[in-house]
Amino acid sequence: MALRSQQPVAQRAAGLMPSRAISHKQVKVRQRRGHIWAVIFQLALFSGIIALGALLYNIVNQSFGYVAIINEIDPAELAVDGVPLNELPKDTLTRILETNISKGLMRRYENDMPFTERSRENVHELILERVVEPQVAATWSLADSIFARTRVFEEAKEKYPDSHVYFRSWLTTNFVSKAQSSEPLRAGVRTAIFGSLWVVAITILFSFPIGVGAAIYLEEYAHKERFLNRLIQTNINNLAGVPSIIYGMLGLAIFVRMLEVFTSGSFLDGGGDTTANGRTIISAGLTLGLLILPLIIINGQEAIRAVPHSLRQAGFGLGATHWQVIWHHVLPGAMPGVLTGTILAVSRAIGETAPLIVVGASTFIAVDPNGPFSKFTVLPIQIYQWTSRPQDEFRNLAAAAILVLLILLLSLNASAVLLRNRFNRNQANA
Amino acid sequence: MAGAGQGDTTVPGGGPPLDLRRKPRLAETIIQGFLFLCGAISILTTLGIVLVLGRESLLFFANEEVDLLKFFGGTEWQPAIGRFGIWPLVTATFMASLIAMAVALPMGLCIAIYLSEYAGHRARSILKPILEVLAGIPTVVYGYFALTFMTPLLRVIFGRDLVEIYNTASAGIVIGILVIPLVSSMSEDALSAVPNSLRQASYGLGATRLETAVRIVVPAALSGVAAAFIVAISRAIGETMIVAIAAGAGPNFTFSPFRAAETMTGHIVRISGGDLSYDSIDYNSIFAIGLLLFLITLSLNILSQWIVRRFREEYE
Repeated sequence: MALRSQQPVAQRAAGLMPSRAISHKQVKVRQRRGHIWAVIFQLALFSGIIALGALLYNIVNQSFGYVAIINEIDPAELAVDGVPLNELPKDTLTRILETNISKGLMRRYENDMPFTERSRENVHELILERVVEPQVAATWSLADSIFARTRVFEEAKEKYPDSHVYFRSWLTTNFVSKAQSSEPLRAGVRTAIFGSLWVVAITILFSFPIGVGAAIYLEEYAHKERFLNRLIQTNINNLAGVPSIIYGMLGLAIFVRMLEVFTSGSFLDGGGDTTANGRTIISAGLTLGLLILPLIIINGQEAIRAVPHSLRQAGFGLGATHWQVIWHHVLPGAMPGVLTGTILAVSRAIGETAPLIVVGASTFIAVDPNGPFSKFTVLPIQIYQWTSRPQDEFRNLAAAAILVLLILLLSLNASAVLLRNRFNRNQANA
Repeated sequence: MAGAGQGDTTVPGGGPPLDLRRKPRLAETIIQGFLFLCGAISILTTLGIVLVLGRESLLFFANEEVDLLKFFGGTEWQPAIGRFGIWPLVTATFMASLIAMAVALPMGLCIAIYLSEYAGHRARSILKPILEVLAGIPTVVYGYFALTFMTPLLRVIFGRDLVEIYNTASAGIVIGILVIPLVSSMSEDALSAVPNSLRQASYGLGATRLETAVRIVVPAALSGVAAAFIVAISRAIGETMIVAIAAGAGPNFTFSPFRAAETMTGHIVRISGGDLSYDSIDYNSIFAIGLLLFLITLSLNILSQWIVRRFREEYE
């Protein structure tokens, strides 16, 4: 739009310049408009930050709070001679368990592990699980638990008269160290954490060497004029924009189906879980490896490009071969940048969900994965499954699992930032 | 790029002139071959994607239940009774993306302008990492956020009767929040690349800061900003977990943002998450959807690269 203060030259020449008062007013209008928009720009930024805040608040809000529990049998009734349940010795606990559960179940526990070998805590846990049988009746958010405490208690008393209400943190050490379970009060994410670690280990083993190799090739060897090299470069840039779910379908068709003999571990003669059908940790790891490969290559190229040419020229001047220069001079200089890029790519891999669902993560796994050929579940998939359940208590579990995932990612990212800072300092010193 | 313009006798990266390497060393050649293979894996990946999607899609369209015309013309996707019309999935995808863009484009551009033209050095060094955090959060967490925060919020604002528990509006808004950092950081890079002399000239003519930003800097960086927008659209279309969690399960041909509808990505996740038997029409159908998704996002990405190349303003 044309500024109102800009008058045609002819008018100005004819002495039709706007009077001082008018132009002063127009300047004021323009200034006011500038101020308003400055506020709008700032508001946009702050709403972005508020969105981040709302997201974190929402997760913390769901991770802690009051729960109403209904017990099948009140633990107080199980007390012997006035000694409460959690202080009884093992023998008494075993007897209580025996009198309250069926003989068949008792025999099964005995077969799993004889009671003489079980610890007191273990028997105590079995009693809680099989005799007391606590069930979640209702859960409340952290905000409600803090600001509307009386209402929470009234509601619990009214709707669930025989429940007892207590403040529960869904994120506990038990939650991290226990295996997946269909009982929300006893469910944990240990198997999912191990699954994530296994998958990411495979991902790194696959994509780091190949990614760095490709970056070296493109920066140090490839003639940029050649068609093939240009094709590789364009292709990598395009691969970085392919939706992750497409990689999942690629993994499903190639790793799970076509290479089933290898990815199911059956070529190792019974080395793997035969029921997995190629839907194994190694398939997942390779799929994610392909997914983050373009990111590692692009970051690696940037890091290698940043190494000063004088280093290479000095190396060549001393008669080093091309590879010797790369290995002894270019790579050490580029390594911090390469590692930073890799860590960021890996944290992307840890958070990926969709491709792993397509590749076929198992829905329910209560045993730790024992190798690259076992079935798997990972943290994000656990979160997805708990989120899709309609009951509130599973939402709480999902929130707690999200906290675990975010803490994991945060520490990874922090290490990337530290690495970058150290790199910058070293550069400044050099 | 260094070394590229120095003629044929030098190796890129400042290597020694070729004629000095009279005796090519075997180990060096092997290493170079291995590194080339590493680079070639990316080509293989693309070929793999195209072949896999193409092959299974061909199987899908070769099936007698499927009609190419009905696939692109039908408004009903019911694999159980042999109705394969892609439109319900496409409309849901575009609706969610449209809502996402309505959130992300203005906000992202405003943030980019603020960071590049208004914020001081210190403010930028604090604010940019915060936005990076937003970009680093896994999408499944955003899905949880959409379902447990955005949907209840929308239901409070617009009424429980109007807004269903699963709806594209909530998913779309949260996708928008997800891509804000992408738009703002790419646009900010483009805005910051505009040379300062342009700004100084504008101030010299008496323009205000806003006029300089909106009428000088943004037009000068328009190709970069447009590329950022297109990449954001492509990202929103390919986004999976948010819609899988919050947009609903079950294809639904509707244009109401407050009703449940399944997007292309959401459908792929739901079908492959169940017990999927290979060589069934369900299995083949998700690859046909995947091929369409791949083609849409690929052409958007290529378009954005073309815009950057074609319309870049060069200032020396």
